[in-house]
Parts: sequence; structure tokens; C-alpha cells
Amino acid sequence: MSVPIGSAQLVLAALLMLVSVLLSWRLSLGLGRDIVVGSVRMTVQLLLVGLILNWVFALKHPLPVVVIGLVMTLLAGQAAVGRSTRRYAGIYLDSFLAVFGSSFLLTGLALSGVLQIRPWFEPQYAVPILGMVLGGSLTSVSLALDRFTSDVQSRRGEIESLLAMGASRWEAAHGAVTAAVRTGMIPTLNSMAVMGIVSLPGMMTGQILAGASPNTAVRYQIVIMFVLSASSALGSLIVTLLAFRALFDARDRLRADRLTGRKT
Amino acid sequence: MLSASDLRRSVAGRVLWQDLSLVVSPGDRIAVTGPSGSGKSLFLRSLAGLDPLEGGDVLLDGRPQAQWAMPVYRSRVMYLPQRPAFGTGSVLEELRRPFGLKVHAQQTFRQADAEEWLINMGRPVSFLELDVSTLSGGEGQLLAVIRALLLKPSVLLLDEATASLDPEAARATEHLFSEWCAAIPGRALVWVSHDPAQRRRVADREFPVVPM
Repeated sequence: MSVPIGSAQLVLAALLMLVSVLLSWRLSLGLGRDIVVGSVRMTVQLLLVGLILNWVFALKHPLPVVVIGLVMTLLAGQAAVGRSTRRYAGIYLDSFLAVFGSSFLLTGLALSGVLQIRPWFEPQYAVPILGMVLGGSLTSVSLALDRFTSDVQSRRGEIESLLAMGASRWEAAHGAVTAAVRTGMIPTLNSMAVMGIVSLPGMMTGQILAGASPNTAVRYQIVIMFVLSASSALGSLIVTLLAFRALFDARDRLRADRLTGRKT
Repeated sequence: MLSASDLRRSVAGRVLWQDLSLVVSPGDRIAVTGPSGSGKSLFLRSLAGLDPLEGGDVLLDGRPQAQWAMPVYRSRVMYLPQRPAFGTGSVLEELRRPFGLKVHAQQTFRQADAEEWLINMGRPVSFLELDVSTLSGGEGQLLAVIRALLLKPSVLLLDEATASLDPEAARATEHLFSEWCAAIPGRALVWVSHDPAQRRRVADREFPVVPM
């Protein structure tokens, strides 16, 4: 087990924030407020999550685990839309469905199929693994969605020319669909390429800090990376297909009118 | 062959047109007229089923548009946009591209036709080698015209199809369209053109789209 951290040690670590506050003040960066607010927020959020997880771990019941998973998914689904500047009616539902479908399916497979955790909801495994998978899905869904809506808008003329010549909506959108799915998968593929060389993944280092042997930690990381890449592929595909359904109607028309700018 | 009755469309709460009716018979060459902003493009797009209608019916061969599979319908009633947009690649690849669509699977790409039409329009055959991203607006229109004719639709809906062309090429294109229309019975042209002289040359009758 790793060395426990007491409250006095936390305060000691918080003093480190003074370095950046001081720097901001001396250089007139105007970031002092942001740094203080950000630090306080992060501390409160994490302490709260620690409390909740402690409670959930003690309950040994699947319901709170599933509820926490759903709340996390809801937030991830919302965040995936957040960065996009183009919206359509139902975009939040589509994003939620894509994040939910991909991460719950893959986390479930990883827990019960690959790692063979008994019971399957054992929060020590379920919560952190779902968290990691959600993070990956969120990025992929967000990138794929943004790329698809952006392509539909910028390549509208090309898509409509194809439709006008008798392309089905699928034929006309094919280029935009593949580009979107590919874009969604790039971050996972990139991180796999440099894994262990340029970056030491957080989960692996965490396990090593907690006293696991590097060998075990590495094996866990490999499993997680496979789960992550499958879930990001699935999430990108689901959200792109849902957006495709929303923006192309059954009469093989491109409904660019359904695409609106960000509502402020 | 193509008939529209009581069409109605509004944009942003403003009624553009209503009770619009038009019958296109084989051999017809019709010029759609009306001031800018009256929705002429939208009218052509509606005939092609690219834009939704709020009311009215469009029939092709007596069958409502809604009962056609749209790719089949649009391979018969083809809309040529004012500013055609292309993917990437050469002119030749872009000409071949629609032949990869399922609805045109039975048709063969006839490069000889494309070359003949290009020469008629005063372009060398080497035009086929150009990269589509380097084409000017007028050259893009030429490419779109040739591509549409190669696909042999029944009704061509032309939205300012020669607007970016120099007068000579525009005349040649008009000639090409007229020849194409007369070559086989059962073909028709519907033009939107802002040039009265062109309308007199290319159309037998005018169809005003009157704003409300």
C-alpha cells in the first residue's frame, strides 16, 4: 500500500500553488483569481468524490454503482457536445446514446469477460474502468460529431451535387461519415503508438504507486488500451450514424436547415 | 411528363410562392423568370426533391414524387446547381464519379462523348487532366454540364447553368443543350436565366415565378 497523506501534508502541497499565484502577480498575468478558484474547486470536487466512492464501496450493491455510472455518462454526453459550434435538435440525446452505448458495452465486456471480476459491479474495478472508458469515448464522440457536422456544412455543395445526380443519402454522405469516424479514432491510435515511450499512462503509474508490480500494472494497461480503442471506435461510429440520420432525411435530402449555430 | 401543382413554400415565415403549377411535356424548353429572391432556385430544387415543400404535389410520369425512390427520381429529373461543387481529383475522375452510384450502375461512361462536347465548347481534351480544385467558376460549370448530360436524365433543371461562362462558351452550351433535348423524344429543359436574350434563344415559353 502507498503512504497515506494527512491533512497537514495536503496543506503543504497547496502551498505550492503560491508559486503560480506569485508568478501571476509579478508578471501581471491576471490569472491569480483563476488559479485560486481552480485549485479550490478541484480540491472540493475530489474530496467529495472520495467520500462518495468510500460510501459506494462500503454498500456492496450494484444500484449505486450503476447510478454513479449513469451520472458520469450523462455529464460525458453533455461535455461531448459542449465544444462543437454546430447543433441540431436531439444532438444531446445522440451524444449521450453514443457515449452510453460504447462505454457501458465495453466496460461490461472488460469486467465480466476479460478481467472476470466477481461480482461484476465490484466498485473497485467498475468505477475507475468505466471512468477511463468514458473519458476516451467522450473525446472520440466529440471529435467525430464535430467533424461530421463541420463536413456537412462545408462540403454541402459537393454532397448536394451528388444527391442531385441520384446518389442515395448514404452514398452522398459516405465521405463525411468515414472522415468523422476516422477523426474520432485518431487520439486513441496516437496514444497507443507512444504508450510507454513518450507517456507513462496515469493508471499504470497509479497502480505502481499503490504497490502493484510493474508487470501487473502493464498488463492492466494493455487491457485498458484495447477496451479504450474499441469503445472509441464504437462511440465514433454510433454518434456519426445518429448525426447522419438527423441531418439526412428518408427522402434522401440533406437537411442543412436543421443545423444551427451554438445557442448562447 | 413532369407536373407540379399548387406548390407552396415559405422561408423564415415569409411566403415565397403558393399555387404554383407547371406542366413539363416532352420536348419542352421552359424559362423560369422572376426577380432575384423570388425563389426560382428553390422552385427548381423542389422539383428535384432536394428541398421540402409545404404544400402541393409533384408528379413524374403520373406518379407522385413521394412514391419514387429518390435516387431513381433524381436520375430522371436532374438539377444543376448554379455553383457546382466537386470533390478532389481530376476532371476525368469527377466525370466518372456518378457512374459509381448504384442508380447509374447500368450506364457506361462514354469518354468520347465528353471529349466531343468539350471540343464543341472550345476546350482542349487535356481539360480532362486538370485538377478540379484549380478550375474557375466557368470551367466548373462546363464540367457540371457535361457530367449531367453524360448521365442522360429526362428533365434537366438548369439554375443559371451558363452564368459564369464567357459568351462564346455560353452559346456553345446552349447549343449543346438544345441538341441534347432534340436528340431523343421525351427530354425537356427547364432554365433559370437572368439574360432575356438567352431566354429567347433557349426557351419556347416562359414561366413566371411571382413573389407574393
